[in-house]
Amino acid sequence: MAQQLKWQLGTVVEIREETPKAKSLILDLPEWTTHLAGQHVDVRLTAEDGYQAQRSYSIASPPEDKYLMLTVDRIEDGEVSPYLTDGLRAGDQLELRGPIGGYFVWDARNKQYDGSPLFLAAGGSGIAPLMAMLRHRANSGATVPTRLLYSSRSYEEIIYREELDRLSANDSSLRVIHTLTRRRPADWTGYGRRIDMAMLADTAWSPAEKPLAFTCGPTALVEAVADNLLELGYEPGRIRTERFGPTGG
Amino acid sequence: MAEKFISRGFKGRARETDRALRERIPPGQYETRDFPVLSAGPTPRTPLDRWDFSIYGEIAEDLKWSWEEFLKLPRETFKADIHCVTKWSKLDTVWTGVSLDTLLAGVNLDAQPDVRHLIAYCDGGYTTNLPLADIRNGKAWVVYEYDGRPLAPEHGGPARLLVPHLYFWKSAKWVRGFKLVREDRPGFWETAGYHNYGDPWKEQRYGGD
Amino acid sequence: MHDSDLRLDGNAAGGLLNEIFPFEMTTAEATCGGCGTTRPIGELMLYRHGMGTILRCYVCDTMLIRITHIHGFYRLDFSGMNCLRIAAELH
Repeated sequence: MAQQLKWQLGTVVEIREETPKAKSLILDLPEWTTHLAGQHVDVRLTAEDGYQAQRSYSIASPPEDKYLMLTVDRIEDGEVSPYLTDGLRAGDQLELRGPIGGYFVWDARNKQYDGSPLFLAAGGSGIAPLMAMLRHRANSGATVPTRLLYSSRSYEEIIYREELDRLSANDSSLRVIHTLTRRRPADWTGYGRRIDMAMLADTAWSPAEKPLAFTCGPTALVEAVADNLLELGYEPGRIRTERFGPTGG
Repeated sequence: MAEKFISRGFKGRARETDRALRERIPPGQYETRDFPVLSAGPTPRTPLDRWDFSIYGEIAEDLKWSWEEFLKLPRETFKADIHCVTKWSKLDTVWTGVSLDTLLAGVNLDAQPDVRHLIAYCDGGYTTNLPLADIRNGKAWVVYEYDGRPLAPEHGGPARLLVPHLYFWKSAKWVRGFKLVREDRPGFWETAGYHNYGDPWKEQRYGGD
Repeated sequence: MHDSDLRLDGNAAGGLLNEIFPFEMTTAEATCGGCGTTRPIGELMLYRHGMGTILRCYVCDTMLIRITHIHGFYRLDFSGMNCLRIAAELH
């Protein structure tokens, strides 16, 4: 039986600026049990007059970490994200429930996917659950061949950029490929457009290798990736999607 | 009992209403300048050359109009305040369309006084139910323009029902026909726990309210 | 506005489903009464209409699950679904 989740309070330990628009909240949750990489939490905010707003955020931290990390993209006229990125202070409390979702998960210990190369495709803050997977993968010493295709608006907006560089530099079985859709540095030699069929044909594992794909980010990007991977011959059951909605990325 | 947790400094979207307009906002509602899109499924996109509108049911004769014929019917442009059960209200929205009185002119309702209900049927499968008394005498329209422009698909275009004096779920999007019947038949949200009638001024949001 | 702007994956309904069912529901498999496709709930199209939660078959758009939460009662409409397969135990 799955546990019925209760709303629990966590304390903000640190607020970390990842990019000009994205911040990570590091939370201490005394009642937290454990989670799998890829799962999310529901965050609930309550105003003094009782009004409540609820949003889901992917857990960016791996199960091995002591604290929980959520990475929030600030949406300009959003109701919740500006509060999380600009209203919260270290020491504040945040109400959430989780972990939620057994569908969009990757567990290094799960024999079911032994040997299946991983193809991860992210847009903007959609990197969060995939980062949990990559961090967990590194912690487990897993060497399953993995490629991350990551779409960001500009170099400055690549979330976890330095950590991704470090992870791939130290691990020959991990390759990170960036594409920058709006602005590129003068010396940029990488991709400079939205993820499309040609890019996926070049970067994704061939279906013959029985890969497992996870894609997360703005809904339009996720649907484009999923549709194209299907056309490339990926099995529907081996493409996992997490749509974030129309904004973000 | 544990005190409810309050998120320090969280205010949510602006929920204060200008004092001057307060009497136009039903209880429990707040004014919005946006026009939120609430969606229960993919947006229907019926091509206009296949669109038609029907009135049928327990009446003597069915009526049907093609899109071209519908546009030739006498039209009105008017302002209305709209109130969604999810608590937002939008004031002074401007619509263009055909009054239900015009549409029903060809139906001899006096000859069948026990036909008292209307069921609206829509592309995508949505339904809602209304007493005939609530859609006659200048209370309801089938509209195809919002703010002077063709009604956008996500807001119910090409045409939607508009019944401003009831909660906005009764203003069925993508409407294609009315079935006139003796026996009321609760629609999509009415069968899911929402109020059968839906008067925002009496805050009739849910069944039993 | 594109249709993709209006929907999420069934995975995002995990929190609500957990309120109702004591099982891991996003991996539960639903068989569509419209086209017969069987897929995990996590892969259904989720429409978070402000008045209720709707999950549709990703192949044919048939409404498989409709949930409202009103005055302390959940109402569930599964009439579009032929079968739901839920793992009784977590592996």
